[in-house]
Amino acid sequence: MVAGRRPATTAQVPEIARYVLKRLGLALITLVLLSMIVFAAAQLLPGNVGRAVLGREASEEAVAEYNRLHGTDRPAVVQYLDWLGGAVRGDLGESLAQTGVPVWDIVEPALVNSLKLAAFAFVLVVPLGILGGVLAGLRSGRALDRGITVVGLSLAVVPEIVTGLVLILVFAIWLGWLPVTAQPEPGAGALTQVRYLTLPAFALVIVLFGYIARITRAGVVEALEADYTRTAYLKGLPHRTVIRRHVLRNALLPTIAVVATQVGYLLGGLVAIEYLFNYQGIGLMVLQAAQQKDFTLLTAGVMVVGTAYLLVTLVADILFALLNPRIRFGVAE
Amino acid sequence: MSEPTLRVEGLDVVYRVRGYDRQVLRGVSFEVGRGESYGLVGESGCGKSTVALSIVRYLPRNGRVSAGSIRVAGADVLGYRGATLRAYRARTVSMVYQNPGAALNPSLRVGEQVAEAFTVLGASAQEAGERARAALARVQIADPESVLRRYPHQLSGGMQQRVVIAMALAKDPALLILDEPTTGLDATVEAEVLDLVASLQDELHTSVLFISHNLGVISKMCSRVGVLYAGRLVEEGPVETVLRDPRHPYTVGLLRCIPRGGVRKDHGRLDTIPGFLPPLGAEIRGCVFAERCALADDRCALEEPPLEAVGEGHASRCWHRDRAAELPREFVADLELPKVDRTGPPLLELEGLTKVFRQRGHDVHALTAVSAAVWPGETLGLVGESGSGKTTLARTLLGIVPSTAGAVRLEGVDLPPRYQKRSRDELRALQIVFQNPDSALNRRHSVRRILLRSLRKLAGLVGSAAETRMQDLAARVRLTERTLTQKPVQLSGGLKQRVAIARAFAGDPKLVVCDEPTSALDVSVQAAILNLLVELQAEKRVAYIFISHDLGVVRYISDRIAVLYLGRLQELGPADVVFDGPHHPYTEALLSAVPTIDGGGRDRIKLEGEIPSAASPPSGCVFHTRCPRKIGRICEETEPPLVEVEDGHHLRCHIPIDELRRLQGKTEAVAR
Repeated sequence: MVAGRRPATTAQVPEIARYVLKRLGLALITLVLLSMIVFAAAQLLPGNVGRAVLGREASEEAVAEYNRLHGTDRPAVVQYLDWLGGAVRGDLGESLAQTGVPVWDIVEPALVNSLKLAAFAFVLVVPLGILGGVLAGLRSGRALDRGITVVGLSLAVVPEIVTGLVLILVFAIWLGWLPVTAQPEPGAGALTQVRYLTLPAFALVIVLFGYIARITRAGVVEALEADYTRTAYLKGLPHRTVIRRHVLRNALLPTIAVVATQVGYLLGGLVAIEYLFNYQGIGLMVLQAAQQKDFTLLTAGVMVVGTAYLLVTLVADILFALLNPRIRFGVAE
Repeated sequence: MSEPTLRVEGLDVVYRVRGYDRQVLRGVSFEVGRGESYGLVGESGCGKSTVALSIVRYLPRNGRVSAGSIRVAGADVLGYRGATLRAYRARTVSMVYQNPGAALNPSLRVGEQVAEAFTVLGASAQEAGERARAALARVQIADPESVLRRYPHQLSGGMQQRVVIAMALAKDPALLILDEPTTGLDATVEAEVLDLVASLQDELHTSVLFISHNLGVISKMCSRVGVLYAGRLVEEGPVETVLRDPRHPYTVGLLRCIPRGGVRKDHGRLDTIPGFLPPLGAEIRGCVFAERCALADDRCALEEPPLEAVGEGHASRCWHRDRAAELPREFVADLELPKVDRTGPPLLELEGLTKVFRQRGHDVHALTAVSAAVWPGETLGLVGESGSGKTTLARTLLGIVPSTAGAVRLEGVDLPPRYQKRSRDELRALQIVFQNPDSALNRRHSVRRILLRSLRKLAGLVGSAAETRMQDLAARVRLTERTLTQKPVQLSGGLKQRVAIARAFAGDPKLVVCDEPTSALDVSVQAAILNLLVELQAEKRVAYIFISHDLGVVRYISDRIAVLYLGRLQELGPADVVFDGPHHPYTEALLSAVPTIDGGGRDRIKLEGEIPSAASPPSGCVFHTRCPRKIGRICEETEPPLVEVEDGHHLRCHIPIDELRRLQGKTEAVAR
């Protein structure tokens, strides 16, 4: 310890930098662990990869030849290290089903598609959810609050495959306003893409709205009852100033953390929606890889989703820390 | 006569709970004159805060004024709506409440929050900033510039309360309401805040409504006092008169509950007020206090007494106001307290006990080489400001946190530093009662189940043996059969603390650490808990380590007292000697900070600045940076040893005992 240096004067910048570094380190460890589990589950558990891919009919020789060719006859640890070494350099291997095609060439367009859908849904649901939550919180206990809460929660418990189906039935088949699939023609303009993505995005919005609104509402209700809100009112501040400066500022902090985990859900939970709308995203890709016993593609797909999830939560946590002075400067004492 | 600043008349307030209106204030009337300071006392649930919230028009949504009127500065407050209400709050009335940390917005800088109080009055942003700086300077914040830039959590509790007071005074209000403004603050900080309020009031001639459960604080700060019970003003008058010659049995009982004037456990039990506050909104025909009053007769139960004058400005709402002082004491048998034999081996010995926490790259010296002993059947009181290491000491000796160095010895045997490594016998021998009983009791279990589990864990009892012991235990702490079937959430604070005490006693402990066990309780409940602890001590010869910031309570229950400052033992000696002096300059300052009911001189010894950080304690004597009796460089350079200066009285100070006696001789009366 440096003599005479008081903890209160610890510089602020290193504090947040240290926090970010720590979180990055943790994320890295998580990724390595995830890769081990995924690798074990996708490439080792099937046992004989050659047999699994070629099927029961193939001859012993063909299986052995396949395994030798793809290196799947080596010890598990060697295979993993080999794969990890490639992955670190950005080489995720070649697809087993589409021979010779690098996995990344399949993953990348799928990832881009999924990100488009997720971003669209996100842009719709966050403002809606927060607005709904704030309104419910400000009117807590009244009709509007009950309405928002009940609707939000009822929608959240319906599986997205059901909401998706209902949306298709109503807007695509019955009313005929929007297309049934989500996949536009290749090279379609932005507006067309939005038109195609609207239904699947809304299916996701419906699921997520309830969660975001509920957390926002809880934050607002807590802030409204807080002593500092009373202080603000007793200063004689107008209602709007109190809500804006004192209530919302504190109420929206926990919301950010929740929204971040929902982004993670958006990425991972796309499978059902992408399947339903036949949308070539990462969820559908992972599903197909599993069906086709394309183990390298499956591993790569899961790792990409995992990495994206970790990155998003990391960004959200840093944002949360930046907005919250208590974390930014470390809690007193 | 001019209109008083505040006139409350016949105020009825009801809260709507589960479809019914429950009355919480019953025709409350009082006045606060210009520049006057009026105290409102009563135990929790009496309606004190409801009075305050009615005045600032901030009742919870289910509460409303159902009758009566409130006039502030001559205008009817209840008629304000919208803009007029905002203007009233912005210009005329201010309120400061308990827990300043919560009263400030955690995500806004102090400067922005204080400035708001000025912008709402129409000041420009720049002007508001300048006036905010001046406002902080007015509440004696030495470095307003840096405080303005900080967030509330970066300030100490005392500093936070100064900021809140600065905001409250921004508008030079006609009426300032202080609702328990110093509850939860250290005695030294409390004294500073009270001094500040008193001096500002002198300067600004603001009228003050001071709400507190602490009669000592009221007696120091107010000229008149009103006593509230179950939403009724039961007595009112000049503070000295009411405290000296109370005319309502509730006031009499309240005053008797408080350990004061050097009363100790061997002088006898404390008085308590039997029974409970009537439930919220109860229909009461007669006197609100009749059910708990030993003087009550048939008339009291049937007919509500009027508020009648008993002297100059002094009124009481009691049919027996002339013989209130004769309120019979609850009969409690005298106890044979154990004789503490300090020639024999001690029960517990601490030797060089040290705890260093590693925190954010700093070593925090929470406890430095504390050596002390506790003998069977005695109580060692532990006092010091927050951050002095009291709780760390308790946790270290229990093994909840392992010590860094030093030994804890129970009956001559070294205990492992971690409780996980201690044997069952060692665990049952040392137990703890916390300030907050909720943290010690499983809220999903009934009281019966909680006690049976402790008996199994601590005493190894199961089946009918456990049942018998449990009944015995429950009877000893006076829990009824009905309480045993209830869950902690259904119990009052006092009952919960009784359960926590029964839990600690399940394994027949040899020593129980009591960490602020009565701090969250009302004085009448506190008295009952203290009595219980003393009874258990008489019966079982159990020893206590008693931690409290309430020096009256510590003095009552302790045989010896240890004073901690920055993790170091500064003074250790028999309770009377430590209290009566000559004492360590820190003890002296601590004692002088406590407002007493009996009043007396107010020559408080001010401590400069705040308690230094334990991460970088001062050189030499750790107290030298704040010591009013510092003698010179020796204090800065050499840490004095803890020396036995008289029989059993240890001091850590460079000033010789005779010199201290001479120096403190003049202030003897102040320090009681």
